[in-house]
Amino acid sequence: MMSAWFGRMARGSAAAVGMASVLLASSHAWATPHRWQLNMPVGVTETSREVHQLHMITLWICVVIGIVVFGAMFYAMFRFRKSKGAVPATWSHSTVMEAIWTVIPILILIGCAWPATKVLVKMADTTNADMVVQVTGYQWKWRYEYKSYYGKAHSFGFVSKLAESSNEVRQLGSGIDPRTLKVDGVSTYLLDVDNPLILPAGVKVQFVITSDDVIHAWWVPDLGWKQDAIPGIINSTWTKIDEPGTYRGQCAELCGKDHGFMPIVVKVVPKAEFETWLGEREAALAPPPTPAPVTAPIADPAAPAGAPATTPETPAAPVAQG
Amino acid sequence: MAHAATHDDAHGHDDHGHAPQTFIQRWLFSTNHKDIGTLYLIFSLLMFFIGGSMAMVIRAELFEPGMQLVRPDFFNEMTTTHALVMIFGAVMPAFVGLANWMIPLQVGAPDMALPRMNNWSFWLLPVAFTLLLSGLFMDGGGPQGGWTMYPPLSLQGGNSIAFMVFAIHVAGISSIMGAINIIATVLNMRAPGMDLLKMPIFAWSWLITAFLLIAVMPVLAGAVTMLLTDKYFGTSFFNAAGGGDPVMYQHIFWFFGHPEVYIMILPAFGIISEIIPTFSRKPLFGYQAMVYAVASIAFLSFIVWAHHMFTVGMPLGGELFFMYATMLIAIPTGVKVFNWVSTMWEGSLTFETPMLFAIAFVILFTIGGFSGVMLAIVPADFQYQDTYFVVAHFHYVLVTGAIFAIMAATYYWIPKWTGNMYSERWGKIHFWMSVISVNVLFFPQHFLGLAGMPRRIPDYNVAFADFNMISSIGGFWFGASQLLFLGVIIHCVFFSKERATARVWEGAKGLEWEVPSPAPHHTWETPPVIRPGMLAHEDVSH
Repeated sequence: MMSAWFGRMARGSAAAVGMASVLLASSHAWATPHRWQLNMPVGVTETSREVHQLHMITLWICVVIGIVVFGAMFYAMFRFRKSKGAVPATWSHSTVMEAIWTVIPILILIGCAWPATKVLVKMADTTNADMVVQVTGYQWKWRYEYKSYYGKAHSFGFVSKLAESSNEVRQLGSGIDPRTLKVDGVSTYLLDVDNPLILPAGVKVQFVITSDDVIHAWWVPDLGWKQDAIPGIINSTWTKIDEPGTYRGQCAELCGKDHGFMPIVVKVVPKAEFETWLGEREAALAPPPTPAPVTAPIADPAAPAGAPATTPETPAAPVAQG
Repeated sequence: MAHAATHDDAHGHDDHGHAPQTFIQRWLFSTNHKDIGTLYLIFSLLMFFIGGSMAMVIRAELFEPGMQLVRPDFFNEMTTTHALVMIFGAVMPAFVGLANWMIPLQVGAPDMALPRMNNWSFWLLPVAFTLLLSGLFMDGGGPQGGWTMYPPLSLQGGNSIAFMVFAIHVAGISSIMGAINIIATVLNMRAPGMDLLKMPIFAWSWLITAFLLIAVMPVLAGAVTMLLTDKYFGTSFFNAAGGGDPVMYQHIFWFFGHPEVYIMILPAFGIISEIIPTFSRKPLFGYQAMVYAVASIAFLSFIVWAHHMFTVGMPLGGELFFMYATMLIAIPTGVKVFNWVSTMWEGSLTFETPMLFAIAFVILFTIGGFSGVMLAIVPADFQYQDTYFVVAHFHYVLVTGAIFAIMAATYYWIPKWTGNMYSERWGKIHFWMSVISVNVLFFPQHFLGLAGMPRRIPDYNVAFADFNMISSIGGFWFGASQLLFLGVIIHCVFFSKERATARVWEGAKGLEWEVPSPAPHHTWETPPVIRPGMLAHEDVSH
């Protein structure tokens, strides 16, 4: 019933609304944000597509309610003007009307909550992951550690921070126009790192996310979620990316002066390519200079700010960026 | 009834109105609710412009990609202080000022119940904000950890943190005393016949707000005190290395913070519910439902706090509870919006400046409410959280919500305060400039957030450049438009030749319109005798 009513309202709406919906739905072709982007990216995982769908359902419900309520207001404003000789009525109550506009919102909200609950339950299920990656936030960089892959333990990791090209441009008074900074025709200003996180396509990856200093948040919009990185706490979440490609994001929780300058780049490659890469990297590093901490790092906020010196930085993987 | 005794001879021995007061006596030592209300409003306007200039710095740096004007740490000082100044310095004191001026007039009381405490609660504010703003001039700069002051980040700065904590303590004491005063006045000093369910809805909304204030300001004080001891006295409330929990801070903070959000909007609901009936020339639709809606929103505000923290890693059950509870708020809020529209329906509408602001409030606050419902959907919030979508959301409810309501109230009651009419022409120019520019300012921020721009960043990818430039242009335009507001007020107070009548507005009802304009220094020294037709809500059957 709801959907039929919703469908009628949508069909009846003006051409402008239709055009807006085209604009709103057309954002899936980019893996990086693009100019004049109006809407959330659909993303590249099943989860991100479901999140996008929830977003669109709620958005359109709001648009329809808005058209009805604001329509009634504007009708009243033009119809019941004193200057047009409107004489005020004296009624000030209607139990029936009040019951109607209490019950209808309850039904609409149940309609929103039901699919949201389903998606949320699915997102919370981190079991049966084939791979575990630990993400640790530092002021102002990320450390990625590959903990396990199909049951085999690994201890290989590296630090990922803002690419030097962006870092030069972003200095106060650098005089360099950020628009000139492009990699393969894509504007990567502040969305590029020295060492991207490499992940295999089509594998369920569990992330364990924590921080070594202040709270950060790990966010790649194309994956459909963000998760806080909190000292002393290990948060767990997961993704399964189908499409190889490069997906960009940023730290989303204020973490100090360079909060705006700690991007995230995830490069997804075919499974075989990933396995070759992981093998090569580990071979190059064996034996590791000092064992990387296998358990979660304990936060030490007493240490001076910006001193993530407790974890050895493994030399970065020289993988192609793009 | 308790209120009958209050009016008898309690004020018979006061010497007010005899010797002329000096400037110092009148303004520094004032115990008069109207003078203190004026002080609150002037203070709030000053803070509005100070907080506004910080917003101009923010929008100027964000005008173009690249860092042009300020260092990133100064940018963070600006976002942090802008929020603290606007919330605790501009919006809250403005509502307390309006309460001071209007509640005694509206309920037929000669003054606030506790006039000396009233004086103290105002004069704590300049102290609090001197402390807070002095941080900007200290070594290490002002607070940079955001107005939410999440540890461990908020503890990294210099000693301005201690000043911020004490500023919040002092402003909090001021708010608690203001709230006690309002509760005591509304519950004990109403004129005979002014039953609770005949009371003006502005007084009602403030009564409920005052209870929220008393409930949560001590919680904030506790949270920031723990920050202080963590920083200076080696405690580990929020320090994971010492067995503490940084997320616990967020729970405590938002247990204060969510009711705080309603502290800033419930009085606005009251104001809008006064103005729309006046200019619709028709009684407020569903008065009792409006009161119950405010009470329900106030109750719900205590059980939704963790919707600000969906990404901290709560258990599934917690996320679901806070999602459902948050969605429930849409129901009483919807009732309010529908009742405002119904009040206008079949009315006889005119569009003076207060009504224009009230109508803009209903529409734009509702847009903020829509994005609020979207934010409640946890999986979608995983995308929205900490982006410009959230920035757009809370500026719609706070600027076009709370601040538009304060402006509406100023235009509505300033003839009563000054005895002069403001310039309707310039009031309307101020309205149209504000309402257009504020949407140019904040609407594109929805797009920025959805496209992936985090909040609280001083620089961004060039993909976000176009909407940021539009937003900044809107910001400068909105900022400049508020100089018109200042101009209209100064003109009205000092230069306007047009005298206001006692009623001021044709459709106005309620006790405040029964006294002359300007309201004499002392009103209702003998309680009013309420006659039929005097009150806006006297049919208690609904």
